[in-house]
Amino acid sequence: MNSQSDAPGKAPAPSMRRRSFLRSSAIFGAGAAALAASLKPLMDLEKFTSTEEFLQKHYKEMSPADMAKVLARISREVEKQYDVRPHVRDLRPMDGVEFVYALNLTRCIGCRKCVHACVAENNQSRSPEIQYIRVLKMPHGSLDIEKSDHNYDPEKVPEKGFFYMPVQCQQCENPPCVKVCPVNATWQEKDGITVIDYDWCIGCRYCMAACPYGARHFNFAKPSIPKERLNPEMAYLGNRPRKIGVMEKCHFCVQRTRTGRYPACLEVCPAGARKFGNILDPESEVSKILSTKRVFIQLKEELGTSPRFFYYFDV
Amino acid sequence: MTQAVRNYITFLTRCARIAFVGDWRYYAWMGLLTAIVLLGINAYCKQFVHGLIVTGMGDEVSWGVYIGNFTFLVGVAAAAVMMVIPVYIYRNKELHDLVVFGELLAVAAILMCLAFVTVDLGRPDRFWHLIPGIGQLNFPASMLSWDVVVLNGYLLLNVHICGYLLYCRYCGRTPSRWFYIPFVFIAIAWAVSIHTVTAFLYVGLGGRPFWNSSIVGPRFLASAFTAGPALIILALQVIRAVTHYPISDKALLTLRSIVQVSMIINVFLLINELFKEFYTGATHVASAKYLFFGLHGHNALVPWIWTAIVFNLIAMFLLVLPVSRSLKWLNLACVLSIIGIWIEKGMGMVIPGFVPSTLGMIVEYQPSTNETLISFGIWAFGLLVYTILLRMAVPILQGRLARANEGCGVLEDGLPPKVETAIEAH
Repeated sequence: MNSQSDAPGKAPAPSMRRRSFLRSSAIFGAGAAALAASLKPLMDLEKFTSTEEFLQKHYKEMSPADMAKVLARISREVEKQYDVRPHVRDLRPMDGVEFVYALNLTRCIGCRKCVHACVAENNQSRSPEIQYIRVLKMPHGSLDIEKSDHNYDPEKVPEKGFFYMPVQCQQCENPPCVKVCPVNATWQEKDGITVIDYDWCIGCRYCMAACPYGARHFNFAKPSIPKERLNPEMAYLGNRPRKIGVMEKCHFCVQRTRTGRYPACLEVCPAGARKFGNILDPESEVSKILSTKRVFIQLKEELGTSPRFFYYFDV
Repeated sequence: MTQAVRNYITFLTRCARIAFVGDWRYYAWMGLLTAIVLLGINAYCKQFVHGLIVTGMGDEVSWGVYIGNFTFLVGVAAAAVMMVIPVYIYRNKELHDLVVFGELLAVAAILMCLAFVTVDLGRPDRFWHLIPGIGQLNFPASMLSWDVVVLNGYLLLNVHICGYLLYCRYCGRTPSRWFYIPFVFIAIAWAVSIHTVTAFLYVGLGGRPFWNSSIVGPRFLASAFTAGPALIILALQVIRAVTHYPISDKALLTLRSIVQVSMIINVFLLINELFKEFYTGATHVASAKYLFFGLHGHNALVPWIWTAIVFNLIAMFLLVLPVSRSLKWLNLACVLSIIGIWIEKGMGMVIPGFVPSTLGMIVEYQPSTNETLISFGIWAFGLLVYTILLRMAVPILQGRLARANEGCGVLEDGLPPKVETAIEAH
């Protein structure tokens, strides 16, 4: 870098000073131009965030007035982007309710109608595709999901020698994804549903690494939904359109279930394999199933996540 | 008080100025690094606009080279402690005047780590959600929040220690022990913590059997204390060659013994892991099988991991044999261990955790060009930072940049003349 020299220093002559000034200006000019050129892709940036969204508080810290403003902003943004006036609500959990899902593996025929209903109901991106439900085709006699086929595509289902196991968010009682989130952008509500504040998530994808069920999905690109397909009945913690760079997942259709309706995947199931309800109500269908069926399992029970999603058999 | 502030500002200005002067080799090196950094910025702008879709990551393999490099560099940063311990605990004379170069490397490495995590974020604009008080840091539940705390803390500790010692040297006064010795000892424990916490980041995930193993922490430390000092050995020789700063071969050989022992432990721990994975033959071996032998015809990582293993083994033998007392062989061993461990911890540790996926799907990962450019950009940024820090530190340690020669003009090498009145105390 430097040579050892002990010669006494002298101030540079004025002409040298001018020359070095010109030289450094030229270097700085070239540097600035190069920097500008390297930043050029930013020109394509479409509306990424707004001051309002950037400064928005965490869901749990918002007052009702704050929330009203946020819902108005979301409504405005959705209308601008999709030409549809949405009905966005902040639906809170009901008292005395804890939701549980039960899925009858004997009945599921692997038609994937639930997958499509879920995409339509929950405004999931069509390109790139995001789906909350993954139906696994399993070989007869095994529950080892490493043997599963995700991309089966036969003429007709069900196929002989296989059974089908749809997997979606298991709404764990002890959710690993919630524990790992560095910013509390995801949490479990008192009705048992694990939700995400899409406006608070920083997109580190740690929850995605932590989830043992592949239930968490990341918006690797700006989600795209055809305007005519948008479902305008929306909830803040539910199916409102997401932004690029954030996580999303199954939330048991909060926009439906917290107003007394069934999740979309259940309604569409042609085999009647899906059951949903309040486990705290002893008269509910899920309570009956869990108290009368001889065998029901939780997926990867050994991990201690304690899912609120049960698989059972007609025995 | 104001005089003290003014003095400090003069010090900072002179340091900043000196970063812009050097001989043609310096300009060529800095120019090259700047060009790579700009390419990286350009690639990052593309990623910022289009999203992480421009990387090779996806729903199945959701972390890639960014987090791999991050993991490796946390190790490099932690390894500075391997110079600090001999100096401050065992009073090693040879390394005494060199320890600051290790700490500056830690500073550069931590900055690279922070850059790698930032480019991995989907919403970098929301980074403030991590700041306690205005955001919501999920501490202590999330290991990532621990990482945020320990990495930034380690950065501050090292900036303080290096900055204080260099400023004292600049002023020609003896540093007050109370101002840095306690921090040095905190930094020693802290260095171990940064890499342990980074290991726990993976270890704590029950859904990923490949990572959910208690040996990950020890392996991380062993590999860090191999690759880090190996990098310092190479860096010190470059410093010696270009600045004539006195660095003895004995100092390099002290570091060699550290690399030697760490590499043996590293290989031993690897054998432990391999045995446990393959001898039991439980279903959870799938990831390890994928990494080492390929799974159902998918074998993208196989050549990488075997390269790493061969490099590590050659390096280990070189380090154990007396030949590596000659710098030529020592350097070869260092280069091999750095590459070997980089592969082992990046591609070999992060990726197989995702293959097969938690639902048993095999999707292979390959970094995209854009992702690679960003990674190179961050490496170049780190080297740029390290070079600038050295460009400031070396003349200060040599007494060429001191309070005593303020306002003396500069010689043709861009530095002021040495004024002998400067006390060389440390």
